[in-house]
Amino acid sequence: MAATASPQVLAAPRLEPRVRTDPALVRWTLIVVGGVFLGLFLFLPLAAVFANALERGWGTYLAALKEPEAASAIRLTLLTSAIAVCLNVVFGVAAAWAIAKFDFLGKNLLITLIDIPFSVSPVISGMIFVLLFGAQGLFGGWLASRDLKIIFAVPGLVLATTFVTFPFVARELIPVMQALGSEEEEAAVTLGAGGWKTFFRITLPNIKWGLLYGIILCNARAMGEFGAVSVVSGHIRGLTNTMPLYIEILYNDYQFVSAFAIASLLTLLALLTLVAKSLVEWKTERQLAPQDSVREEGS
Amino acid sequence: MSIEARNIAKRFGDFVALKDVTLQVPAGELVALLGPSGSGKTTLLRIIAGLEFPDAGSVFFDGVETTDRSVQDRGVGFVFQHYSLFRHMTVFENIAFGLRVKPRRERPPEERIRARVNELLKLIQLDWLATRYPLQLSGGQRQRVALARALAVEPKVLLLDEPFGALDAKVRQELRRWLRRLHDEIHVTSLFVTHDQEEALEVADRVVVMNEGRIEQEGAPDEVYHQPANAFVYHFLGNLNLFHARVKDGKTYIGEPVNGRGHVSGGVPLAYVRPHLLDIDRQPTGENHIPAWVKHINSAGPLVKVELETSRGDSIHVEMSHERYQELLLKKDDAVFVSPRDVKVFGDSQAHAPATQ
Repeated sequence: MAATASPQVLAAPRLEPRVRTDPALVRWTLIVVGGVFLGLFLFLPLAAVFANALERGWGTYLAALKEPEAASAIRLTLLTSAIAVCLNVVFGVAAAWAIAKFDFLGKNLLITLIDIPFSVSPVISGMIFVLLFGAQGLFGGWLASRDLKIIFAVPGLVLATTFVTFPFVARELIPVMQALGSEEEEAAVTLGAGGWKTFFRITLPNIKWGLLYGIILCNARAMGEFGAVSVVSGHIRGLTNTMPLYIEILYNDYQFVSAFAIASLLTLLALLTLVAKSLVEWKTERQLAPQDSVREEGS
Repeated sequence: MSIEARNIAKRFGDFVALKDVTLQVPAGELVALLGPSGSGKTTLLRIIAGLEFPDAGSVFFDGVETTDRSVQDRGVGFVFQHYSLFRHMTVFENIAFGLRVKPRRERPPEERIRARVNELLKLIQLDWLATRYPLQLSGGQRQRVALARALAVEPKVLLLDEPFGALDAKVRQELRRWLRRLHDEIHVTSLFVTHDQEEALEVADRVVVMNEGRIEQEGAPDEVYHQPANAFVYHFLGNLNLFHARVKDGKTYIGEPVNGRGHVSGGVPLAYVRPHLLDIDRQPTGENHIPAWVKHINSAGPLVKVELETSRGDSIHVEMSHERYQELLLKKDDAVFVSPRDVKVFGDSQAHAPATQ
């Protein structure tokens, strides 16, 4: 066919996407496989959560959420993740700043250490804190003599959650800050801005979308954390049960509607996170892709 | 305000950036730090600004030691090669930044800030771009905004790090003339770093030539150009041909050209000749000439550039006026004689024998 085509036709730019050249069978097979997989593993479970939660109508659903123990679990989850996110924003920004802007001995070690919570099983993360602060732990006696409780109490939950979610903010910010370099900060200090003014007026506005993205992911993980929290919680109803732990207890008690009602809240959070994440990604892309610069005007 | 850097030394790991450099910039002058990359010029500028700290030596502004003062307290205006404008602020806010971050006691009222920024926008002829963001500007416009931003806080000295390095040739030329005119207007002591000898010679009151962490020569542009202190300076300030030299009765005769083939042998003095200081003749004139053949002619430009080859295959570059070129009626492969009008011989030429261009 190509042999009969005129040179002009051959030279014409190809406007149609390449995908069109794959046979229809291949295309449709791939799309169907992808669709079926998504349906089975994502949409079906999602739908099941809401279907089970609303099985006995809105009244029962809302009643399950109003249970004092449920309310307490929700409050505790919000508190724990709020503290964990705040701590990780501070740690994450500090770590990313150090890694992106300075050269120092052990920099690569620090980068590896930041990733540890990703590679260690959450249960082990929880165990670490029990070994450190538990009754038989390293600091257990010291803490007991001062009547301080960490394990089986809120501080333990906060510690475990913070540990598990530590990498999210730092990991997100390191590449952003490395790409930005430190020239704008240098410009700011030559103009007389001090350290804090430079951070709040120059650095923060430049990293805000990356930071927000890290916070969203960090928060989602903090609220949904089960393994590490389960080890340090002690499952004291109304006191140290976060939402994921409470769901497990309800489920084991055959209170399916209540379990799924709470689960639906976490699911909603996940969906909200997805929307927020896409919004931030879209914003970041727009920020990174500048409009075509204006050509030099004669002066 | 005058700047003085005394016995500055700085190393980065194994790399020695500056070796005992002493530099003086008199108040109100525009001085160029000229040198190839890695010569330490930018490091020196950053040490003067306070963005870098020297391993040894001190910096003085108007005779007052400022070596240990932070950047913020030095009152310098710094212009970066890649502009470093604040990308999330408009042109107006970029220029206003230095005034807005002043401590409350010193901060001018809002209307004074506005007036000052508008005045600077007029000075850089970009008042119509006040509400744009840096990414919407061209390179030349960005650099002018960066300059206005540095000037907003009325710095005592202005330091520019390759200010036109990232711009294309045409804009670069326009902008450097504009900088010269601006300096004549505001007279702030300025020190700028460049690797472009044309830029340094055209813009600066004084040129400081640097190489390998040392100052090779400093002086007025014509002084540096016409009385180079050594082979490096001569080589760095323009193209040249390198010949074996014979000195007889105080006159220097040129021998075989020295090219990239490594003819340089110990003890042989070298003669340096700029391409426009070589003459081409059909007939041998006097005794100071060597025979060569025309290999390539490029007559596009203000001067005609002729590349010649000797019998041994070394090349010689000659530049001549169009009139002379027409007189000679040169063609490729013509046999001619090359003679120098001016020859430079340096005592240290061995150490600085440059690579072929």
